[in-house]
Amino acid sequence: MMSEKNLDLRYFTGFLPLTLLCLFLLYAPLIVVMVYSFNDSNSITRWDTVSLRWYYDVFYGLEAPKFKAAAINSISIAIMAATSATIIATLAATAMLRAGRFKGKSFSFALINLPLMVPEIVTAVATLIFFSAIGFTTGYLTILIAHIVFCIPFAYLPIAARMEGIEGVYEQVAQDLYATRLQAFRLILMPLMAPGILSGFLLAFIISLDDFIITNFVKGAGIETLPTAIFGAVKQGIKPNIMAISTLLLVVSVGFVALSYFVGQMGEKANPTTKPKGD
Amino acid sequence: MSRDNNIAVDIQNVTKMYGDVTALKGVSLDIRDNEFFTLLGPSGCGKTTLLRVIAGFEEISNGAIILYGQNIANLMPNERPVNTVFQQYALFPHMNVTENVMFGLLRLGQDRANAKTRVGEVLELVQLSDFADRMPSQLSGGQQQRVALARALAPSPKVLLLDEPLSALDLKLRQAVRLELQQIQNQTGITFIFVTHDQEEALTMSDRIAVIESGQVQQVGSAREIYEAPKNKFVADFIGKTNLLDVSVTDLARGKGSCILPGGVQITCPAAEGAHAGSGHLSVRPERITITALGKGLVQGTVARHIYLGTDLHVEVNLVEGGHVTVRMQNSTQIQIPKVGQLVCLDFEPNFARLLVD
Amino acid sequence: MAASPQQNSRAMNNNYDGFGVPLILPSWIIIGFFLVVPVAMMLMYSFLTKEFRGGVIWEFSLAAYDQFFFDRGLFGDSPPVIEWTYISIFWRSIWQAGVATFFCLLIGFPTAWFIATRTGRNSTIWLFLITIPYWVNLLIRTISMKFLIRDNGPLNEFLISFGVISEPFHIINTNLAVQLGLFYSYLPFMVLPIYAAVERYNFALSEAAADLYASRTVTLTKVILPAVKPGIVAGCILVFVPSLGAFLAPDLLGGAKNFMIGSLIEEQFKGNAGNWPFGAAASMILLSLVLIVLTLYARHQARGQR
Repeated sequence: MMSEKNLDLRYFTGFLPLTLLCLFLLYAPLIVVMVYSFNDSNSITRWDTVSLRWYYDVFYGLEAPKFKAAAINSISIAIMAATSATIIATLAATAMLRAGRFKGKSFSFALINLPLMVPEIVTAVATLIFFSAIGFTTGYLTILIAHIVFCIPFAYLPIAARMEGIEGVYEQVAQDLYATRLQAFRLILMPLMAPGILSGFLLAFIISLDDFIITNFVKGAGIETLPTAIFGAVKQGIKPNIMAISTLLLVVSVGFVALSYFVGQMGEKANPTTKPKGD
Repeated sequence: MSRDNNIAVDIQNVTKMYGDVTALKGVSLDIRDNEFFTLLGPSGCGKTTLLRVIAGFEEISNGAIILYGQNIANLMPNERPVNTVFQQYALFPHMNVTENVMFGLLRLGQDRANAKTRVGEVLELVQLSDFADRMPSQLSGGQQQRVALARALAPSPKVLLLDEPLSALDLKLRQAVRLELQQIQNQTGITFIFVTHDQEEALTMSDRIAVIESGQVQQVGSAREIYEAPKNKFVADFIGKTNLLDVSVTDLARGKGSCILPGGVQITCPAAEGAHAGSGHLSVRPERITITALGKGLVQGTVARHIYLGTDLHVEVNLVEGGHVTVRMQNSTQIQIPKVGQLVCLDFEPNFARLLVD
Repeated sequence: MAASPQQNSRAMNNNYDGFGVPLILPSWIIIGFFLVVPVAMMLMYSFLTKEFRGGVIWEFSLAAYDQFFFDRGLFGDSPPVIEWTYISIFWRSIWQAGVATFFCLLIGFPTAWFIATRTGRNSTIWLFLITIPYWVNLLIRTISMKFLIRDNGPLNEFLISFGVISEPFHIINTNLAVQLGLFYSYLPFMVLPIYAAVERYNFALSEAAADLYASRTVTLTKVILPAVKPGIVAGCILVFVPSLGAFLAPDLLGGAKNFMIGSLIEEQFKGNAGNWPFGAAASMILLSLVLIVLTLYARHQARGQR
């Protein structure tokens, strides 16, 4: 046949437009909000001129102290929760991938992934009931504990993936060269793990920063994180300053992901665990 | 077991089980001081397990490993004065060549200055002095292999274990590194235990070879002993090519045996220790057989086909009584090559044939 | 080599043999104490009596489940008939999550396919573009969607100004808005596992099929789909399960009429209803639903591996 026919078996008509539609659907709302955050108007409906007025309002306006306090809570909780979750997940990954068999191993895998399987709203309810039953006052600490719990599987995934990619032989060489097991862990496994650990941390950090439902349940009165503060504000209607905050948060999140991605790429280049072939 | 003090490693009745699978069945070996000793066997025979048992990466189920008089079977790998060159080299990817080679020295508590001097020495030995600051990813396979060797040699181990270190190199390079390894072994005087599945490697490099199969030592000896005087069917077949003739053994005495060949001719030839009367196997190397005129040889058969190998020519002969024999002939114009289908007689010197243990 | 590959890999990976339990212990303690115990406690609370200002009275009661499933009249003395209010909320949640999953699959499969068949670096860039929005705060994404589809929002303004429609297209506070919100929230979850499955797919199979006279459509349905099915199933689970218990999309985009399970539960703890045992019971029912789906999925996978 002489008609122009695509002979590539990977090609299906219409898949490219659908992919573009998919990207459009994902980005359109975000871009619209970003654009409108630079709107000078008091109303979110009418377009005025471009200005940074609402960004100024976020930092110096009437609601600035409230959002500032919420941001500090969010970031400090995210840092602490991500750090704890990363340490716990690194130890867990070492147990699961480097410690041979032990009692409760298969059960441990399910347990680590449990926070991913239980719907968020159920976790939220259960955690609230738990803290109230043991008479623990809800507040900063309860948010932190809840965040550590659901950050563990998110930190675990990239850490375990990286550890799986590092052959056990390096630590064996170290032991063969008179390193104790702790030295092999510290001098060999940890440096090779660094990119995985960092991306686990960043992932957990973003997940913590992102959480609304669980935080909303366990925060108690008088303390807000950024998402709960924004949610509270939106309940009274979307105001332009919300769009400015949203844009800022969006930029931070995307920045972190990009950072995590490039750190991973750099790690791949600096520590190729696959050996080059022959001469 | 002999206990003289020129024994480097005395492996006594070592058994290793993986669950129900027995990887090593009561292995006993003496490896002498300053020896280039090779563990040779096919994939899955247990040779790497034996090496890892000596290095300390596998706990043994039974037995003892005596290293210069000290039982090391219960020591951790880092407590054993042996070092390993791993098959995949496994250079630490986050350290440069110097840091890699220095790693063991620092763990032994040497200060950095002394360690640095020693690193210089071993890099000199493996001719990599110019590459001290390179990262492993910037080295070729052959260079990585030599860094791995230097790293294992640096702490001056009593025994160096080498786990198929040449298998990842291409043929030309492998032949060059063989010589280099032998030289280094001579210069350093360290006992080498070398694992390989490549018989040519084993035959050319080793002082002694242990042939291993199914987790058991089949035979220990020099290259010549193992090739010329194989103990059993497995060794005869695994090392080089051989013909195994079905014979019935009538008489055995003082290392010699009488047997009746297919076709009824009786000969007397060397017999392996443990060979027994009754039906058995006679090993005759293809290069020891000549094709003669009818009525002048020991067995009779028809030529089945020729296999052309360049310098050599293999002639396959189907014996009249069943079974077939390969005859190796030099590819030269002086020799007449029998045609396919021709009835021929085969002759060999009984002294170069050998009765085997099954 | 002495050991078979499995034995070797086992031997290679037990450098810290014997330290398994101490290393795993922190995660056992944290997740066990702050998730497993709370869920058990929630189960217990669902069988207690409600306290009117929130909280519970420690007295065994089946009232929560009774209220969920049965209607006993205004004074509680009529013969019990099935109470449809809450069952229909659950049913609506399942429907909404199902529709969202369907749309995600419809758009997600071609997208995943397209990305997985790009070469090298291109594929990474496309994948990165798909995943970025996922990292943006879910609340912000939902607010953005709400902003975009309001009656006098940019979408309607755009359509009106180009004369496509004359009246604002009313989406907000409809089922469609919730479906759109859920779709938007979890679309990357559909793309990623399908992408992984297509990436592993051996295109020699397509060539073999084509060689044996299969058309492109036949190849897609008879060869490709069965091969990438595990990815599709995983993607559907990853979209359906969180959609079922979602709170933000129905709350912000659906309004009061389009209640889903998440809002029902939230109301028991935050709103005026304040019925903790009932909220706990609804949560247990939701959790059971999710566990049923996950168990079916695990069974399906186990069968696939045999």
